[in-house]
Amino acid sequence: MSTLTVRKAAPAAGTTPGTAQGPPLRRRIALVPTATLLLGAVYTLMPVAWVVIASTKSGRELFSTFTFLPGTGFADNLKDLDAYRDGVYWTWMGNSALYAGLGALLSTAVSAFSGYALATYRFRGRETMFNVLLAGVLMPPVILAIPQYLLLAKAGLTDSYLSVLLPQILSPYGVYLARIYASAAVPADVVEAGRMDGAGEWRIFTRIALPMMIPGMVTVFLFQFVAIWNNFLLPYIMLSDDEKFPLTLGLYTLLEQGSNTPALYTLVITGAFLAVLPLIALFLVIQRFWSLDLLSGAVKS
Amino acid sequence: MPHTKRRRLVTTAVAVSLGATALAACGSEDDSKADSGPVSLTYWTWTPGMDKVVDLWNKGPGKKDGITVTVKKQASGDTLVTKILTAHKAKKAPDLVQAEYQALPTLVSNDALADISGEVGDIEGKFAEGVWQQTMLGTDAVYAVPQDIGPMMFYYREDLFEKYGLKVPTTWEQFAETARRLKEKAPDKDLTTFSANDSGLFAGLAQQAGAKWWTTSGDRWKVGIDDAATRKVAGFWGGLVKEGVIDDQPMYTPSWNKALNTGKQIAWVSAVWAPGTLTTAAPDTKGKWAMAPLPQWSLDQDVTGSWGGSSTAVTTDSAHQEAAAEFAAWLNTDHDALNALAKEGGIYPASTSAQLSGAFSHPPAFFANQPDFYSKAADIAKTTAPSAWGPNVNVAYTSFKDAFGAAAKNKSDFTAALRTMQDDTVADLKKQGFEVSR
Repeated sequence: MSTLTVRKAAPAAGTTPGTAQGPPLRRRIALVPTATLLLGAVYTLMPVAWVVIASTKSGRELFSTFTFLPGTGFADNLKDLDAYRDGVYWTWMGNSALYAGLGALLSTAVSAFSGYALATYRFRGRETMFNVLLAGVLMPPVILAIPQYLLLAKAGLTDSYLSVLLPQILSPYGVYLARIYASAAVPADVVEAGRMDGAGEWRIFTRIALPMMIPGMVTVFLFQFVAIWNNFLLPYIMLSDDEKFPLTLGLYTLLEQGSNTPALYTLVITGAFLAVLPLIALFLVIQRFWSLDLLSGAVKS
Repeated sequence: MPHTKRRRLVTTAVAVSLGATALAACGSEDDSKADSGPVSLTYWTWTPGMDKVVDLWNKGPGKKDGITVTVKKQASGDTLVTKILTAHKAKKAPDLVQAEYQALPTLVSNDALADISGEVGDIEGKFAEGVWQQTMLGTDAVYAVPQDIGPMMFYYREDLFEKYGLKVPTTWEQFAETARRLKEKAPDKDLTTFSANDSGLFAGLAQQAGAKWWTTSGDRWKVGIDDAATRKVAGFWGGLVKEGVIDDQPMYTPSWNKALNTGKQIAWVSAVWAPGTLTTAAPDTKGKWAMAPLPQWSLDQDVTGSWGGSSTAVTTDSAHQEAAAEFAAWLNTDHDALNALAKEGGIYPASTSAQLSGAFSHPPAFFANQPDFYSKAADIAKTTAPSAWGPNVNVAYTSFKDAFGAAAKNKSDFTAALRTMQDDTVADLKKQGFEVSR
């Protein structure tokens, strides 16, 4: 099914005359990818729609009314969430923003430096280093959480903001992406030209290479931001003070309150809904940097 | 690898820690005096509103003794046990932790909990024997102070029982008969459901039947999950599911909530905390439920199991174990503390004197139609059967969910699923390096 789609869709997208076989066929071909994409969209948007609608339901309506029928309790849910333990939810939201914002920014900076260095300089052990990084990409961060905890405990840093920020600053995937992107977007000729004109390496990087790498770095930033925003296990193990919790952990404590206390479903659902909004906003704002991605390139070859 | 590592059994751990405390007592008579300066303790707990209860301590007895407690609210469940053990590996566990009874052996076999028998031994009389015994793990040590308990009870829709002419079952045989009669009169309704998701419920039912899943003899563990008592329970529920007279869907799902709220399911085998759950799960049925003792296996018996409940424990990492034990004892026996715990955290206290006072002199709002709810509950709590937990309850529980989930779905033999559960648990114990006797 998918191979069929690709094979048929490819000529339709191409502009070479002669492969075009008339309008009726074209329309029919476009139908398959469109339908596939629509199906994918429905599949991914369904849970989002569920959260949006469920967050409008009051506790009484949540499990008794039809799933996709909006409820009447949104304002009350917001008020309850805001009042829960003197608004601790907003503290969690602020913590998440700090971990994800600062973490992603630092991580992008580290990725940009190292990716650029790996792409432009030839030095001993470069390939080995890159291969180790690649292995790091394959390593799920989940299995690193406990060793990282034990290391940070030795340094006396557990249960601090740093304990969540530090381990997430180096992202093997970010470095990998930055290297690939830098070698594609920053041609060696340009770097060479900079050197001929007498620019130092730092100047070449900040003034010439970095602007060329921006779209790629935006991607790294977004990836890291979302990854940290959604991260659960690392903060779960590192933090014990719930004033430092990010949203993921905070909402989890609302769900797991012990067997004699019912889970605060309406609060969790409303909280989850609000937690997606910053991500959506971020994507909408940053999208315009992204569209550059396809057009960018310094030299035509 | 596993055979090189031989974990200490609870009993040996006790011997060692007893020796250690004896040594410490000889060498450092003055150390305990150094303790008398201001002490600050951290406490991991999931009970809602615990910070308010702890405030009472910090402003009252704690202030007098110079002991300040800080609450760090956590999520409950197995993951918290993992978190405590990870912290303990780095010697960073908090001074006090809340732990479910079935988690105590895991924590103790990892040497994470301190023996506080010297500090809290004198409050033993405030708790039912079967409850206190859960904190001793068959040794002379005391590893925790009981906080709340979950004696099991039978909940039913009073109005619908009357409508269909059903009698409240006092034996499990009558329970099966009631399920059948309801099916005859209203084929679209079920008496209740067998949930393969709730291992704690099944464990409680087995406990009522007299099962002892984990016991020790000498320095070996013995696993009795596939024993006669549990087989009886598994066979009973498996038979009802196969017969089709009860539902086989899991609990705590939206559709289960709906079934309770609309009266599609008209009874629930649960524990003392059920009113809280029903309040959110079935808001439209307020005042229509009633509570009765759990059905018995034979008429001359009067015994129940427990589902849930937790304790307050002091960790070996704490530098102020004595102060921490003092707080744990206050929290779970002081009249004002327990009253606040009931009000803020909605717990049902383990301390017997608190079960009838303060917050428990009125029935829960959802059961306003049953004025003697809590006096009945206190009577039932006294009949709680002793329980026997081991160091890998989580493995047994996961195995239960898988094996019984499949069996309920295929309406196949529950006793085969029970054998799987037994085998998985024994295999894991061996893998962890414990000695297991057959």
